[in-house]
Amino acid sequence: MIHELPKLPYSADALTTAISAQTIDFHYGKHHQAYVNNLNNLIVGTPYENATLETIIKEAEGGIFNNGAQVWNHTFYFEAFSPNPQASPAGRLLRLIESDFGTLTEFKDKFNKAALSLFGSGWVWLSLNNQGHLEISQESNAGNPLRKGLKPLLTCDVWEHAYYLDYQNRRADYLPKFWEVVDWKVIADRLG
Amino acid sequence: MSFKLPSLQYDYKSLEPYIDAATMEIHHTKHHAAYTNNLNSAIEGTSIDLQPIEEILREVSKHSPVVRNNGGGYYNHNLYWEIMSPKGGGEPNGTLLKRIQADFGSFAEFKDKFSAAAASRFGSGWAWLVLRDNKLVIFSTPNQDNPLMDVAEVKGFPLLGLDVWEHAYYLKYQNRRPEYIQNFWNVISWDAVQHRFESAR
Ligand SMILES: [Fe+2]
Ligand SMILES: [Fe+2]
Repeated sequence: MIHELPKLPYSADALTTAISAQTIDFHYGKHHQAYVNNLNNLIVGTPYENATLETIIKEAEGGIFNNGAQVWNHTFYFEAFSPNPQASPAGRLLRLIESDFGTLTEFKDKFNKAALSLFGSGWVWLSLNNQGHLEISQESNAGNPLRKGLKPLLTCDVWEHAYYLDYQNRRADYLPKFWEVVDWKVIADRLG
Repeated sequence: MSFKLPSLQYDYKSLEPYIDAATMEIHHTKHHAAYTNNLNSAIEGTSIDLQPIEEILREVSKHSPVVRNNGGGYYNHNLYWEIMSPKGGGEPNGTLLKRIQADFGSFAEFKDKFSAAAASRFGSGWAWLVLRDNKLVIFSTPNQDNPLMDVAEVKGFPLLGLDVWEHAYYLKYQNRRPEYIQNFWNVISWDAVQHRFESAR
């Protein structure tokens, strides 16, 4: 099957308080698109030619895994943003956050620490585990918690390309801005 | 003892148009400085406090990941600044060129192989030209690992290193890493690489 770059649910200049239009243009228009193109080229004639991204993430290795996971990760990242986000979680999601992390602030602090201490390129995740608890994890490069049987709810891209044009070396300045555009309604829908 | 951030032998703007001044300044004063400071904090008051960086790296598996990451970052950037020059480019000559021809066929073949190693490193890392058992080899490492480390897949003495972390090129080249790699050839100081080659033998 041919993988396609999904349309963004907002325009490139919709998140400029946090992420510039220039960054969206490169990150979505070039990086995300390149992962889609690479994946489509790599799967031809392999057992993954008709596989879903989820199967590729769970089973593939090397370039097919890297590009397949990067397609999924970026879609998941971009779709969590909104220019008019629900600014904080409510209902079941909030109760889960409070029972597993104490408060929303404590959760964000812990997530930010994981994002800051991830060395090199990668992703920080909030996922639901098999015991029904939330957990925060770091994944290098294209890593994705689906591979470990977790259900991802939220991710932050800490590859330098995600923030370098706007924040350069200051990953710590990117994180609070990231939270300003996360739409908690999307995260709650993912929890189901 | 604490490690010092070296000053560069050339101006930040002097590698333009291949590497821009803003990238050079942030790379040196922010990234390299952070690796240096983090390394110093990690080793302060420990048994490796007085060791040269090469020795720390040689047994890096005994230390924390903080030492591996920042010790590597400190050494690798020292090397990166050392092997570039505004008067760089062209080709090596003498013994190094002969060795390159013997081990890779020709300078052009060497260049292609090194560029491919740099382009295909997924995520953050470095491409290396290494002297190992008196033979040249090309490979890449993830993050701030390097061929001096006991954890490296290929070990040897690094003669030439290319930083392919996105911070090394993103302000000027964005997603176009191959263009950065192509332009790196214009700023390589073959004198400095030859010097490392001689000191390694
Ligand atoms: Fe990304
Ligand atoms: Fe660097």
